[in-house]
Amino acid sequence: MSRNIYVYIFIMFAVTYLIRELPLTLIRKPIKSRWIRSFLYYVPYVTLAVMTVPDILFATSSVWSGLLALIAGVALAWSGHSLFTVAVLSCAVVFVSEFFL
Amino acid sequence: MNNTREGAIKGGIGRSTGGYDVSNDNKSWYLRGLRDGVPIMLGYLAVSFTLGIAARNSGLTWFQAGLASFLNNASAGEYAGFTVIREDAGYIAMIAMIFIANARYLLMSCALSQKISPETGLIPRMIIGFEVTDEIFGVSMAVPGMLNPWYSYGVITGALPGWAVGTALGVIMGNALPAQLTSALSVGLFGMFMAVIIPPAKKSRVLAAIIAISMAASLALYFIPPFSTWSSGMRIILLTVVISGAAATLFPVKEEEHEP
Repeated sequence: MSRNIYVYIFIMFAVTYLIRELPLTLIRKPIKSRWIRSFLYYVPYVTLAVMTVPDILFATSSVWSGLLALIAGVALAWSGHSLFTVAVLSCAVVFVSEFFL
Repeated sequence: MNNTREGAIKGGIGRSTGGYDVSNDNKSWYLRGLRDGVPIMLGYLAVSFTLGIAARNSGLTWFQAGLASFLNNASAGEYAGFTVIREDAGYIAMIAMIFIANARYLLMSCALSQKISPETGLIPRMIIGFEVTDEIFGVSMAVPGMLNPWYSYGVITGALPGWAVGTALGVIMGNALPAQLTSALSVGLFGMFMAVIIPPAKKSRVLAAIIAISMAASLALYFIPPFSTWSSGMRIILLTVVISGAAATLFPVKEEEHEP
């Protein structure tokens, strides 16, 4: 680690805080541009999707348990389970499947 | 808008909007906020534990991870930040990464700014801005009428400790747990991400397609040079900008879809 971890943490804090704070103090009206609003609307979905794949496949001891967790997570979320349930059951799928992998 | 830590307050919103007493002073607003903040805190405690495991995998100590969580209060954003730290991708990459991963808070704060009375001063605004998370945004928008800053102070006091303590515990306990359990817990955060992005996709074929394309493209770029030589943080930024930009151009959202 050549760079300072506390500088990294401070940058995380500063950028996150400014993103949250500046609209509250500076922008008193909603963003008017439809394109920017649409872009910001799609951003979280794309970011979370690309952060999940392929990382979930390499987060566990085996690619296969990661894949099973991905499938289970999508299926559970699709069938309307709560965030907490989806998170816990995804973990359970990995734990159980790794007895057999 | 989706909520990254939505599950934690499913019950919280219901409780917060029912049963308000008639008094309207700062103290009762603070107590209302505190009451809504505690269930959020319990949800944070559980979910941030898996974030702590991700922090541990990136080489952070429990103090560094707890500090990051105390200052950031962001799941996806912190995970993205820990990825940058793990790869030591540089300060500029960190700025870009955090901006992309947390860009949704920009939207939320814009919406929240409409809920704050124009007479509210700079200091209360600066404190409210410290903790605009998905859940706290949710309960704040659910408050009837204008937002009393003391309500926000209450929610923050109630909820904030859970996220930092849970993350630090994840680092500490992650070291003590058997490998198979750590392996299992490391997907918890991804499970949470899916619980956020998948349900809205049921109602929108466009959104479902965008999520599927995002996952497929991300997997492809992992193997295809020159992208495969990039840090995963840079790939996430590239994919987010290109895919969201294309989606905004091809499928601009109707106005009502912007509000949570």
